[in-house]
Amino acid sequence: MRPVAVVAFAQTRHTGEDAGLSETELLAPVITEIKRATGVTRFGFTCSGSNDYLAGAPFSFVSALDAVGAWPPISESHVEMDAAWALYEAWVKLQHGEIDTALVYGFGKTSQAAYPEVFTQGLDPYYLAPLGVDQVSLAALQARAYLEHTGTDERRLQEIAAKARAGGRDNPSALHLDDPGEADYEVAPLRPHDVAPVTDGAAAIVLAAGERARDLVERPAWITGIDHRSEPHQPGFRDLTCSPSTRLAAAKAGGTGGVEVAELHTQFSHEELILRDALDLGDGVAVNPSGGPLAANPVMATGLIRIGEAAARIAGGTAGRVLAHATSGPCLQQNLVCVMSGEQSDG
Amino acid sequence: MANPCAVIGVGQTAYRTKRPDVSMAGLLREAARRALDDAGLTWTDIDAVVIGKAPDLFEGVMTPEGYLADALGASGKPIMRVHTAGSVGGSTAIVAASLVQSGVHDRVLTVAWEKQSESNATWGLTVSGPFTTSLVVGAGGYFAPHIRAYMRRSGAPDHIGTLVAVKDRQNALKNPYAHLRIPGISREMVESTPMLWEPIRYLETCPSSDGACAMVLASEDAAKAAPNRPAWVHGTAMRSEPIFFAGRDTVNPQGGKDCAADVYRQAGISDPRREIDVAEVYVPFSWYEPMWLENLGFCGEGEGWKLTEAGATALDGDIPWNASGGVLSSNPIGASGMIRFAEAALQVRGMAGEHQVDGARRALGHAYGGGAQFFAMWIVGSDKP
Amino acid sequence: MPSDPASVPFDSGKTSEPNHVLEFPGGYTRSVGPVIGRFLSDLRDGRLTGVRTKAGRVLFPPVEYDPDTGDDVTGEFVDVGPIGTVTSWSWVPNPRKTHPLDRPFAWALIRPDGADTALLHALDMGVFEPGAKPPRALRTGMRVRPRWRAERVGGIGDIECFQPEVTMITAPSRLEYRLQGGRALDRFLEGIEQGRILGHRCDVCGQVIVPMKGLCPKDGVPTSEEVELPGTGTVTTFAVNNLPDPRAPEVPFVSAYILLDGAGLTMLALVAGVPADQVRMGMRVRAAWRPREEWTRSMANIRWFEPTGEPDVPFDEIKDYL
Repeated sequence: MRPVAVVAFAQTRHTGEDAGLSETELLAPVITEIKRATGVTRFGFTCSGSNDYLAGAPFSFVSALDAVGAWPPISESHVEMDAAWALYEAWVKLQHGEIDTALVYGFGKTSQAAYPEVFTQGLDPYYLAPLGVDQVSLAALQARAYLEHTGTDERRLQEIAAKARAGGRDNPSALHLDDPGEADYEVAPLRPHDVAPVTDGAAAIVLAAGERARDLVERPAWITGIDHRSEPHQPGFRDLTCSPSTRLAAAKAGGTGGVEVAELHTQFSHEELILRDALDLGDGVAVNPSGGPLAANPVMATGLIRIGEAAARIAGGTAGRVLAHATSGPCLQQNLVCVMSGEQSDG
Repeated sequence: MANPCAVIGVGQTAYRTKRPDVSMAGLLREAARRALDDAGLTWTDIDAVVIGKAPDLFEGVMTPEGYLADALGASGKPIMRVHTAGSVGGSTAIVAASLVQSGVHDRVLTVAWEKQSESNATWGLTVSGPFTTSLVVGAGGYFAPHIRAYMRRSGAPDHIGTLVAVKDRQNALKNPYAHLRIPGISREMVESTPMLWEPIRYLETCPSSDGACAMVLASEDAAKAAPNRPAWVHGTAMRSEPIFFAGRDTVNPQGGKDCAADVYRQAGISDPRREIDVAEVYVPFSWYEPMWLENLGFCGEGEGWKLTEAGATALDGDIPWNASGGVLSSNPIGASGMIRFAEAALQVRGMAGEHQVDGARRALGHAYGGGAQFFAMWIVGSDKP
Repeated sequence: MPSDPASVPFDSGKTSEPNHVLEFPGGYTRSVGPVIGRFLSDLRDGRLTGVRTKAGRVLFPPVEYDPDTGDDVTGEFVDVGPIGTVTSWSWVPNPRKTHPLDRPFAWALIRPDGADTALLHALDMGVFEPGAKPPRALRTGMRVRPRWRAERVGGIGDIECFQPEVTMITAPSRLEYRLQGGRALDRFLEGIEQGRILGHRCDVCGQVIVPMKGLCPKDGVPTSEEVELPGTGTVTTFAVNNLPDPRAPEVPFVSAYILLDGAGLTMLALVAGVPADQVRMGMRVRAAWRPREEWTRSMANIRWFEPTGEPDVPFDEIKDYL
């Protein structure tokens, strides 16, 4: 494959409440910042991820285009998914060889509606959505299955939440949340700190190929493998104690050997345990040093931010090989794995 | 450079006002299975799935790639969902082609659909927050002023829109999948229908349809094993521009011109009217045929209506447009762009049936969306580029 | 025994209580034989059973003989249905008291899947007013299923009636939002609340964008220089809408693109105060504000735009704003 790297990453200072900005106003400074950081103002391809249900009106991505400077007209596309999949689309486009750069962005405000209920709209319309089952309740089903299957104690979840919040407090972009204390269940076995917080935010990444990447930055984060896989939709058709689609995506992305840091799209504490298993990440691998989604979850950008945060470890010289993960759907239905390295691979 | 990519399977459902006999998954599976049959493949032969549709609000199923993953055989496979407004059917096909052209996959299934009968498209397009005071009533309310501007600017006579409305519905009579099939369709019939959004008459607008369209796209090796003749992708392009800005030409948008120039360059086309044998162009209101004739460079600015009036775009003209009956005859919104792309492929495969244009070897598929600001196009040909 | 005709005149003549009832006390006791018995026993269990003929056909409801040849049927019972296809139907707009349903319904011949013959039964198409015309969904070829009684006794009435297959469900969908317009829109509406129309001038292209967005969509740069625009402008192009809409006063109404004097782009607004067929491209208009005491933080403060009476602007001056 053609070598392609993450060369720039920008994100908002995410907020836990509505700061009075429209989605486009959230995004615009991020685009301005990433153009300034790279010195690139026209990109070979632009791709974004967003979700109309966050504001309850169609065509979020149309307004967002105002922030990009799409004049003269640009080569552009959009996925109604987390922007990690927009990055995947851009990476595929860069493989053709006609273009050298791509801008990817995602944005989301979960402060405007009850996101766990919005999530219900994305479930099977005949058997699941009419039940009104929400995202947290589904995640709790998976947590229960995992805890019982492995004999893991619920206190382990609180440790994960505490580590995430500590990471978030060290991250200027994340929410600064207190250490989790005693709390009643939100949906047993999950407690409020096991659930990603309400967050508004946006993020952008610039990808560049080959020489262009080396021209733009000193340490590009070369994508050595990227892949995504799905599972059946109905939770009742699946083994919820593991994540076979994550395992498969990682294998297709060239495996996880040598990974030092992993940024995982864990919207619930127990998901870190399931994903660590699926990705064969040993105890030595630092997971979500940024705090992860449990410290900031601007949906539709959260997965893309994982790629950006992981790449930043390479750009900053603190890691040589990193992994980023993004997920979508109920109970980790669909998973994307992106492995990056400071060394350009031969492939 | 990009690897060769071929269309080896095309499948469509019949387009109807309502398809109460199928579930959403059933609608997609019907089109997908026909595409697989055409390609001589089964579900398990497919490497990845790319789906597209217009806003999720239409069916009230958010992120439908989740619910549809296993229904489309995508367990253990990648599945993506594209959304670029009305152009989505075209851009979905382009994303799928990209997966082959990049060398990532060999056989990609792509499906676009809309089941408009589950709600109401005007509602789905017009839902707005408390701060929006738009007076646009559906797509017709948006496009009518721009059509009026075209008429004034080009000096086109009033009956040009009627001619397109008749021609596309005559073509639809030759397409078994078409939704609007109006025997004896005539200028008098079109002119007797009321103005909905003056200057747009009732029969100058597209219907609201349920339906799905699917294609199987394949690498060169995979295409060799296909039982039917492939259509080769000679070029793909997308362009976007903002909807409102100072100096925007809404009648003849720059995005469309740039997109066409890009796709022609890739296909080595310098004179589209002469070098393209048949075009499937997104014409949801009849006046958009002359407007897009100009935008796509089939003639000079202000000349499009003359081509229409002279019959150049008729099935027996020198550059047939919308031999299938087009969007004016079938409009499952999210699928309408893919139907254009798929019909273009059928033409160069010689598989378009009764509406086949004799000897078609190179075809344009076109889609647009939003406020005429999102464009997706491809050129397909009988010969491998 | 037949009643005595002589007794009739004593009745009021209206349809009151019957004055004679013929009823065998307790009901007839009929033996059903092996074939019908098998059918009814299975029916009581909630299953539909047919029987195969020597020619291979499956009869339903089963009888002991082949209706074509008179031959005995085989002893082979076959599960059929429960889904079936309507092969013919009649529609009862005003049911009789003896009918199984008390609202309009159909009688239908229904051939269950796997059978070669059909059963007569009632078909409930839903709720209709007495006298209703046949619903469009009722047609030959439609697919139907039995609605079983909870308490079954081994009779054809164990199926209360048939009903159409489920082809549609209604899916109520309602989500609640707390939306904010964003800073630029807030500021714009603040102006409108004070009777002012505000825009932003772009540093790069110099054009005034109204309503402002805080950025220039063309150049992709932030904007902050506020410009107040007059309430006068020019219609560039428009649609005459003949479809009613709650946001407009009446049909037909005109939605027009208006280039405010000094603005770089048009805004969409209602044009009124003039018959729809007299609106022209190039027509000069001004904002018709509601009375000051009705002003809120909303674009509704401007009721619509109406003609100023000035001469039209030549097409050449607006053609670049289309």
